[in-house]
Amino acid sequence: MQQTAPVTRIADFMKQRMAGFNLQGAIRALSMPVLGVLVFLLLWQMAAQNVTTSLGSLPGPAGVWEQAGNLWADHLEEQRRAAEFIEMQKERNAQILERNPDAEVRIRPYSGKETFIDQILTSLGTVFSGFVLASLVAIPLGIVVGLNRYLYEAVNPVIQVFKPVSPLAWLPIVTLVVSATYTVDDPMVSRAFITSMVTVSLCSLWPTLVNTIMGVNAVSQDLRNVSQVLRLGFFTHVWRVVLPSAIPMIFTGLRLSLGIAWMVLIAAEMLAQSPGLGKFVWDEFQNGSSESLGRIMVAVIVIGLIGLVLDRGMLMLQRLLSWDRASATH
Amino acid sequence: MSHSRPHLELSSVGMGFPVKGGTFTALEDVNLRVAEGEFISLIGHSGCGKSTVLNIIAGLMRATRGGCLLDGREVTEPGPERAVVFQNHSLMPWLSAFGNVELAVRQVFRRFMTRQQRRDWVIHNLELVHMGHAMDKRPDELSGGMRQRVGIARALAMQPKVLLMDEPFGALDALTRAHLQDSLMEIQRELNSTVIMITHDVDEAVLLSDRIVMMTNGPAATIGEVLDVPLARPRDRVGLADCAEYNRCRQSVLSFLYEKQQKVMSMPRKSGEAWGDPEGAPSASGAVNA
Repeated sequence: MQQTAPVTRIADFMKQRMAGFNLQGAIRALSMPVLGVLVFLLLWQMAAQNVTTSLGSLPGPAGVWEQAGNLWADHLEEQRRAAEFIEMQKERNAQILERNPDAEVRIRPYSGKETFIDQILTSLGTVFSGFVLASLVAIPLGIVVGLNRYLYEAVNPVIQVFKPVSPLAWLPIVTLVVSATYTVDDPMVSRAFITSMVTVSLCSLWPTLVNTIMGVNAVSQDLRNVSQVLRLGFFTHVWRVVLPSAIPMIFTGLRLSLGIAWMVLIAAEMLAQSPGLGKFVWDEFQNGSSESLGRIMVAVIVIGLIGLVLDRGMLMLQRLLSWDRASATH
Repeated sequence: MSHSRPHLELSSVGMGFPVKGGTFTALEDVNLRVAEGEFISLIGHSGCGKSTVLNIIAGLMRATRGGCLLDGREVTEPGPERAVVFQNHSLMPWLSAFGNVELAVRQVFRRFMTRQQRRDWVIHNLELVHMGHAMDKRPDELSGGMRQRVGIARALAMQPKVLLMDEPFGALDALTRAHLQDSLMEIQRELNSTVIMITHDVDEAVLLSDRIVMMTNGPAATIGEVLDVPLARPRDRVGLADCAEYNRCRQSVLSFLYEKQQKVMSMPRKSGEAWGDPEGAPSASGAVNA
């Protein structure tokens, strides 16, 4: 194979990006988005003052910013306490060992409350597990179904019915099934995590599945003829002709799936009470302190930003890995 | 050119397609014997089933009557010994020129060549079509003529017994086409390969072929006439412009196409598309003789 190494491709990509950089252009490109955000913040501030809830008036941008600061401070405080707790145990263990060198000592993990940052990381972990599980099912299944017209005709109605189902409808079933089947004595991961992950998978696998099927279906007759003339075996045909041909479509599906997975996750965490951003929002809602609304707003913005970063990340991945650059635009 | 030993033989080939309320006969009683090293052109109006004949030889279609023998063995499926150069190059868009040829070479010679030998063989074939300088380029970075060259290199690299070409130069501009025709003549002289080529271009057919097979209009198309082109090789397109023999052959093909087989304009286009090629009528426009 005469392909350029991924490293050089990344370097080229960055170079292309940097080459087009000039200050004037950057200012012009940024001016409208910045203006838009400023106007939005202004309208928000004006509107928020006039909405009164049982927890006081809606917080404006300044209030939300303050809560973001508080959440960050909470996180640092918790980290400090955790470190302190571990340090204390170490000291005590050292004392015990001094008196009795044969004593068995251990360090208990700090079990303080999960901070906002912990919740974000948990959510990201869950969404990735669910997304990877969905992709591992959807891509191979899509290839198999896409290759066989009869199988496609048989599977299509099922796909069409389940595709639009909301995560809230899946959740009770998944919860019951998981609690019935996931009965390990010493579970490595919690049941709620499994429930959220499976729900995310069930909702997010459809776009990947449908797009993979379409991509495999759309392999041009010309390329199939080439494959026939070469007498490529079944697996070589799939690996060297069908799969590369379908890659742009598969990526489109993966991007849609990741977007859905992230949206579904928040709802699933709220209902399944599995740790994460969704649970954070729900807990704050139940808390009903004067700070709750501000904290929920912080969560909303963070959820949006993470969704955006995930989407851009997939796009970058697609640009790096897919041969069809034209399909990897916005 | 010796015609004694039939290398490739089509005997009473017929092709019917099922349509609403019966069968549509596209081809009927096509008989053709091709000797080793011969260059044959198939010419005829669109919808006359030239592509069907080629696809039957390639094994991409099965004749409903009669059959095709290559070195005495019946053709039942596609295979690399009957390599095809497709009209629209059909290169894998995600592979470089090298990768495209290598895919074919690996498949055909994986048991007979080492990795290094295969690599050399790929490069050799790309150099044969003057594409050695652009091996690492992908199809979307190549011009139409260059893509077609890579397609030819891929077919040649399979060392086929018969090289099948479906209007290989149809989509190219006149200059590029002339250039590739010269390359093809050169390669064919060097390798003495058997070639069957579909063309719409009368000048191309006369310039390249040992024999021109002219097909009647469908439905139930068959071979109308076969014209021997007794021009000495190597042929030079500029010199041939004034050659009496060349002009006689050209005249003879034109007269078959436009006097004896004048295209029936009222022929329903819809059914024509089912088996025919989407191009227009044959043209007599060459690079030089236009």
